[in-house]
Amino acid sequence: MSRYFTEDHEWIDVDGDTGTVGISDYAQSQLGDIVFVEVPDAGRSLSKGDEAAVVESVKAASDVYSPVSGNVLEGNPALTDEPALVNSDPEGEGWFFKITLSDASELDALMDETAYAAFVAKL
Amino acid sequence: MSINASGWKPTAPVKGEGAAPTFTGNKALMLEEPLIFEIGSTETTGVDFADGDVAGSRLGDLTRKSAIGLPGLSEQETVRHYTRLSRQNYAIDLGLFPLGSCTMKHNPRLNEKVARMPGFADIHPLQPVDTVQGALGVINELAVWLIKLTGMHGVAMSPKAGAHGELCGILCIKAALEKRGQGHRKVVLVPESAHGTNPATAAFAGFTVEDIPATADGRVDTAALKARLGPDVAAVMITNPNTCGLFERDLKEISDAVHAAGGYVYCDGANFNAIVGRVRPGDLGVDAMHINLHKTFSTPHGGGGPGSGPVVLSEALAPFGPLPFTARMADGHIQLIEEETAGDDHPDTFGRMVAFHGQMGMFTRALAYILSHGADGLKQVAEDAVLNANYVLRSLEDVFDAPFAGAGPCMHEAIFSDKGFAAGFSTIDAAKALIDEGFHPMTMYFPLVVHGAMLIEPTETESRAALDQFIGALRSVAERAKAGDPSLKTAPHFAPRARLDETLAARKPVLTWKPLVVQAEAAE
Repeated sequence: MSRYFTEDHEWIDVDGDTGTVGISDYAQSQLGDIVFVEVPDAGRSLSKGDEAAVVESVKAASDVYSPVSGNVLEGNPALTDEPALVNSDPEGEGWFFKITLSDASELDALMDETAYAAFVAKL
Repeated sequence: MSINASGWKPTAPVKGEGAAPTFTGNKALMLEEPLIFEIGSTETTGVDFADGDVAGSRLGDLTRKSAIGLPGLSEQETVRHYTRLSRQNYAIDLGLFPLGSCTMKHNPRLNEKVARMPGFADIHPLQPVDTVQGALGVINELAVWLIKLTGMHGVAMSPKAGAHGELCGILCIKAALEKRGQGHRKVVLVPESAHGTNPATAAFAGFTVEDIPATADGRVDTAALKARLGPDVAAVMITNPNTCGLFERDLKEISDAVHAAGGYVYCDGANFNAIVGRVRPGDLGVDAMHINLHKTFSTPHGGGGPGSGPVVLSEALAPFGPLPFTARMADGHIQLIEEETAGDDHPDTFGRMVAFHGQMGMFTRALAYILSHGADGLKQVAEDAVLNANYVLRSLEDVFDAPFAGAGPCMHEAIFSDKGFAAGFSTIDAAKALIDEGFHPMTMYFPLVVHGAMLIEPTETESRAALDQFIGALRSVAERAKAGDPSLKTAPHFAPRARLDETLAARKPVLTWKPLVVQAEAAE
């Protein structure tokens, strides 16, 4: 399984043709306490860069973009009742949605962990 | 100088040391107050109605069967309840209110006197127009001045507030496009430096919103905007002065490009107080702009009164404006142009937004403000708004990070970031400390293009003495934030309530009050 990052601070774990998407630890630290998350419904078709989810903190509301194209398998049901998971475990239990990848070559344009760490260090 | 700007403190002993908690929870003049449902018995009433002798009810089975549980209070208990609550609040009549983008300036008492004249205050919107010629004359006169001050062609007076005015302007644009057979234009471009209501307005009216980036100096990226123009673009919504407190210098160039591409220019005029009497948006190619009477023209708002958002329109859009409006006839009589009286003269109007004519009380106040200031006074409003904001900016840029300070003078508001605060300290800590200093906090975390933004609009009505005291307080707060003073994390310490858990309030809001006994049962 490999993990990729976008410049908009989403991460995606890829296992075969299935990806799990969330926002990075850096993103949650910038947003502050998350108070509401809206995840996409299963079956929704997304293109790379589409607004897939909404995350709201005490400071601001932000869109979460899909890092790849594909069909949503499921949104994380736990986030409805416990949006704080995004703060406590952003790159684990706080995942947003799972998606089937329709074009694995889209991953080539994303960053790996080392490249993302360097990207964040410059911000 | 009556205002203490020097940081002088009284040498009297610290109060409260060694004192026992009071029986009532009150602290002398700082009075605790429960919720009204907790003090009023549902068994009592403050009003003594005679039993009605009207026989029968036409409600049938819909008659209420059980008590609704409203608290019964006497007049005195009611007055005390709300007066006690009001003493825990902060208001423009108590002190400087630097909430960015909100223009919390002094509301002259002359306006209040005029608005309370019985000929304006005690009339009804359904009265025959012959009996309300004075009030209609106010609407008409104000309309004339708003058109003159903005260099536009017409004005829709009825929108009730800024965002309602935005909707009015966008609906005019939609109607104009459809009339031209250009209804397929579905994209509205909104720069990052625009107000947050702009994209919401466009989306609500059925358009697709696309962001245009800001440049590093906080203004719209003109090249990026021009590159995006095309046959699918309906309009551009641009805020000027923008929400970074900067004048959009390229607006004329942008308008020309938008018009050449077949679109319209909407300008968010919420910050018109910074340019009134100095710049006419009509000269910059604007097609529609709302004016917040409650900001620029000083009518009370933010809990003190309603908003009012008339929309000035260009020659291209004016025919599409909503009914009703007023017109002065050759004999001086003011006519109200409505559905019944418009005849065939206004076939392109998109319709009506409100039941009646708009916020009459705001119209009288705004006209009183315009006439009492005069042309020279309104020019000075803009000058003082800009001067005061720049005084704040230059007095604080050595202690706060000021991201656009190098871009030249600001307009009516100064913006700072939380860069340079000690680790773990953020804008919210500075804002809470400002409450302890006796000020309303600034606008926080907006605009989003600035990290931990602090948006400060001192307004044109503050004296230099008041500004100096405010600046002194902010310098002290900045130094504590940079030094990592732990007491800042738990501020405010002197407010009726200490730091509230805003996260818990947002995650688990309790929006309905239930009797304590029900709460106890639910907990079991």
